Amino acid sequence: MAVALDDRDRALLAGEQGDAAALAMRLVLVAAESLRAERLIPITRAHVDSCLYHGQATLDFVDRLREGDARVSVPTTLNVGTLDLLHPELWRGDAETAARGRRLMEAYRALGCRPTYTCAPYQLPDARPSLGEQVAWAESNAIVFCNSVLGARTERYGDFTDIACAITGRVPDAGLHQTDGRRATLVLRIGPDVPERLLEADALYPVLGVVLGRRAGGRVAALGGLPPNLSEDRLKAVGAAAASSGAVAMFHAVGSTPEAPTLADALGGVSPALELEIGLAELREARDALSSAGSVAPGAPIGAVSLGTPHASLAELQGITDELGADRVAPEVELLVSTSRDVLAAAEEQGLATRLRDAGVELLVDTCSYLGPILRPTPLPVMTDSAKWAWYAPANIGASVVFGSRRECLRTAVEGRLWRDAGLWGDR
Amino acid sequence: MRARTLHAGAARGRALVLVEPLSLWGGLDPASGEVIDPHHPQRGTSVAGRVLVLPAARGSSSSSSVLAEAARAGVAPAAILLGEPDLILAVGAAVAQELYGAVIPVAVLAPEALAAIPDGVEVDIGPDGSLIVAGPL
Repeated sequence: MAVALDDRDRALLAGEQGDAAALAMRLVLVAAESLRAERLIPITRAHVDSCLYHGQATLDFVDRLREGDARVSVPTTLNVGTLDLLHPELWRGDAETAARGRRLMEAYRALGCRPTYTCAPYQLPDARPSLGEQVAWAESNAIVFCNSVLGARTERYGDFTDIACAITGRVPDAGLHQTDGRRATLVLRIGPDVPERLLEADALYPVLGVVLGRRAGGRVAALGGLPPNLSEDRLKAVGAAAASSGAVAMFHAVGSTPEAPTLADALGGVSPALELEIGLAELREARDALSSAGSVAPGAPIGAVSLGTPHASLAELQGITDELGADRVAPEVELLVSTSRDVLAAAEEQGLATRLRDAGVELLVDTCSYLGPILRPTPLPVMTDSAKWAWYAPANIGASVVFGSRRECLRTAVEGRLWRDAGLWGDR
Repeated sequence: MRARTLHAGAARGRALVLVEPLSLWGGLDPASGEVIDPHHPQRGTSVAGRVLVLPAARGSSSSSSVLAEAARAGVAPAAILLGEPDLILAVGAAVAQELYGAVIPVAVLAPEALAAIPDGVEVDIGPDGSLIVAGPL
């Protein structure tokens, strides 16, 4: 299928704005072909994931763009990179990888991108697109948040495509950019056996996301039976997990997300192809599958605790501070919280960062603790409240993972031994 | 048989049928070409030089980079046949060609046609998406 191009698109493709813009346009056309788009449309913003180092190819690509005089044409935020550029001493890996990671992060900044270095650009007030805005976002959790929670429109863009869209200012007019592509075709309802207490607990939401990803694959699903007006942090947890266990780029939470005030709105007036129930047994199974360390008994020693994947919001940093109260992290445990440099700056201003550091919490920005050797090496399991962290850390950094609620994670960090909130999941 | 090409090219290799979706990022070691996703039943299998038959991709938007890096290291699959379109892999293959001249066609087949390709058979892909699937080796 031929994609209809306007004069500006043709000029870019012909190299009139330089070789890099022509390369970017060729890549946008590959994306358009994949999505069966008939034309391209303009975007107002982009979020770029290509700044995370994955080997020489990622440097070769950005060098090609720089040699071809590329600049982004819309406001563009950057995803996490390899290093915490503000606290580079937290990197425990080899100097060569650190240098390459840093070079890549800085190269994207030189193309005109804003050095936000966060997987949660939606937490930055001036980077949030509004309802209906057409954008090109990469980073799977950011994509699903953008579509589902903000109601702005992006397809599931990845490395290279993201910067190609940012340079050309164009995306394929297809998929989730169109109203039709955003309708739910699958309904997942919370079963009656899921206890009220669990519905009110943060711990449910990442696990629910795992089930959503498995059941939905790449489809848009509507979640029913949840409490209304779920917080952005809970919706973030659902989306990040669903984009790890599946290829979810959008979901509706009826009564919470902007395109789903009612189930009928989420469905766009069309009957769903499939309606399924999510019961307690399926949720518990998904929860258990997140602990790669297997069944670890309460009281067993834990080496480290990692929170803030995706990056912790200011509300989450406040929640961690409140939960810790006057307690301190046990000396034998490392408690690390990942966030963005912008949220950290706000936390510094409010005095939260000092309180957290005084309690023994390590704060990491610009990157994430599962991307490389950042945590103190430990033979013991690492605990997290993030399904995404639990999903990727075993392969990425060889961690043996125990999944738990944020409260379980924090009590464990303070006591130095695994603490469980008995009864949270109705196990007994 | 004819597949819909997302990134065109000619290639040939033995089919490697993945029984579950795979995210290349976190799932494939671009230095060795091995599947490393601990959630994946085919962990330890090498994709290098194989025609990767992938019912569905999964997860991360970094998979484009991992595919291009695997191509640079010479351990990329010979081709990728998908059950549903995936622009992340198509663009990864396009960049592998732009940077290194590596030809990794990416094409989509109807799920039934994809399911009919047995693991291990020789698959020949033409630049127009034509497919010849040989008998078992």
